[in-house]
Amino acid sequence: MTRAIALHLAVLALLFAAQFILPPYHHTNIARIMVLAVFAMGYNIAFGYTGLLSLGHALFFATGLYATGLGIELWGLPAAPALVLGLLAGGAIAAATGVLALRTGGVSFMIVTLMFAQAGYLTILYFGSYTRGDEGFVIARAARSLGPLDLSSDTPRYFAALILFALGLLANLALVRSRLGRAMVAMRENEERSRMLGYNPFKVKLTALVISGLYAGAAGAAYGVLFGYVGASFAAIQYSIMPLLYVLLGGAGTTLGPFLGALLMFYLIDLSSGVTTAHLFVVGAALLVLVLFAPKGILGWLRDRGAKWLP
Amino acid sequence: MAAIILSARGLSKHYDGIKAVEAVDFDLQAGQIHALIGPNGAGKTTFVSLLSGRIPPSAGRITFDGADITKLPAHERVARGIAYTFQITSIYANLPVFDNVALAIQRKGSRTLRADTMAALARVGLDPMADQIAGTLAYGHQRLLEIAMGLSMDPKLLILDEPTQGLANAEIDAFNTLIRAVTPKTTVLLIEHNMDVVMDLADQITVLNFGETLATGTPAEIRANPAVQSAYLGG
Ligand SMILES: Nc1ncnc2c1ncn2[C@@H]1O[C@H](COP(=O)(O)OP(=O)(O)O)[C@@H](O)[C@H]1O
Ligand SMILES: [Mg+2]
Repeated sequence: MTRAIALHLAVLALLFAAQFILPPYHHTNIARIMVLAVFAMGYNIAFGYTGLLSLGHALFFATGLYATGLGIELWGLPAAPALVLGLLAGGAIAAATGVLALRTGGVSFMIVTLMFAQAGYLTILYFGSYTRGDEGFVIARAARSLGPLDLSSDTPRYFAALILFALGLLANLALVRSRLGRAMVAMRENEERSRMLGYNPFKVKLTALVISGLYAGAAGAAYGVLFGYVGASFAAIQYSIMPLLYVLLGGAGTTLGPFLGALLMFYLIDLSSGVTTAHLFVVGAALLVLVLFAPKGILGWLRDRGAKWLP
Repeated sequence: MAAIILSARGLSKHYDGIKAVEAVDFDLQAGQIHALIGPNGAGKTTFVSLLSGRIPPSAGRITFDGADITKLPAHERVARGIAYTFQITSIYANLPVFDNVALAIQRKGSRTLRADTMAALARVGLDPMADQIAGTLAYGHQRLLEIAMGLSMDPKLLILDEPTQGLANAEIDAFNTLIRAVTPKTTVLLIEHNMDVVMDLADQITVLNFGETLATGTPAEIRANPAVQSAYLGG
């Protein structure tokens, strides 16, 4: 119980301390990883806890990214309301997707979410006069500040990413220990039983998907403001697969798995692309090892070997 | 005569050609223990699945507590007070025993979830195993967990599909005591092969055969019924 809380606080404290010792290159990397980990945490709420295998989460991430980016560029919103807009837009699109996609299950759910995300990607290209399509656009430096914090400079950016990550992580922990969290897991484990205990599967899954979309939207919004670039590549299929890989690597259905997976995968690609151009091969090999030796991911593997208390 | 809590009229379920349940009329009196018996494949599980909403009927109507529930989805029937326990044990095998029962209780909005869950487990003697993963329990204990999940929903009508299958004799005695204790507040519809349990508990018995009602009556009437004897009790 308290062990779990202590572990989460220790991870956050470590990340806080890391900014004082990390060289600039890794400093920026970790900020990026924390934001992507929030995206993966959202993915994990749908996939890891509720059992919804979505192939369309790029749509929710990109919705947050574009809502914030266009909010700033087209409507001249300040960063704070633009970020809130991105968060809410991610949740709203996830709700709309869920209302339709959750009528199906299993493989059809994967295909329908994939199609939604493709439609979103094409929509971004179609409205190229606003979105600048593939090329994307840069968010002006002047607009990237929260109060006195200039989010385009290293220290405030790291701090903002950490705050977002901490909020996401603690909310995630609270969620999985709540009654809603238990009902979500019940859907994953035995939907028929859950129905006969009086749960409306559609409602529970839709709720989980909306929370997942809020996470993805918040991550997309923060990504735009912190790193200053908005482009259609973030809506492409790679960004739907990426959180899935992070979650599988770190451990589906664990609160810290998404961060661990994002951290390892990011540096695996980073280090391997230094020595070979075939970094996709390295990713593939890593996944193969994972599937063979730890199909539940790193933290899932630990949980099976005694660390039962890992949430 | 007691009030009717549930009734079915012309209830049928056909699986391409197979008449699993055929035009059954059925009344359940509030507060009673009603047993449903019949040979394997008679349609018992299908019939109670229609009542609980687990599967949709091909034809017929169901009323519960004065309202037509034929078109209600299963989870809304649960909200109205119908609880169903599965013949083939359907627990959350990967979750702790505690969570299995907590899931049944929390939906009703309990303020003391932990205490209520432990009390519900204690009723079937599973409280020492609360932290165990449910799928690692012995088979008999898994059956008891299934029963505990049904009971802890605190339903108006509890439907039990062969609950004593695989239980030891001592556990069956405990089960009988448990079920007697929940009536008359809860009405019980019980599918049961163990005739000792049926004769011991039931106020009313309905016999199904080939999807149709063969007879309904008190245990004494059913025992004396020649049609039942040839079809089921084996003369
Ligand atoms: N899902 C199904 N598809 C096809 N036939 C079924 C299905 N479920 C039950 N049946 C058939 O319906 C009949 C009644 O089955 P069931 O209700 O399980 O009987 P009981 O519980 O009395 O043993 C059997 O002949 C069975 O094979
Ligand atoms: Mg049966």
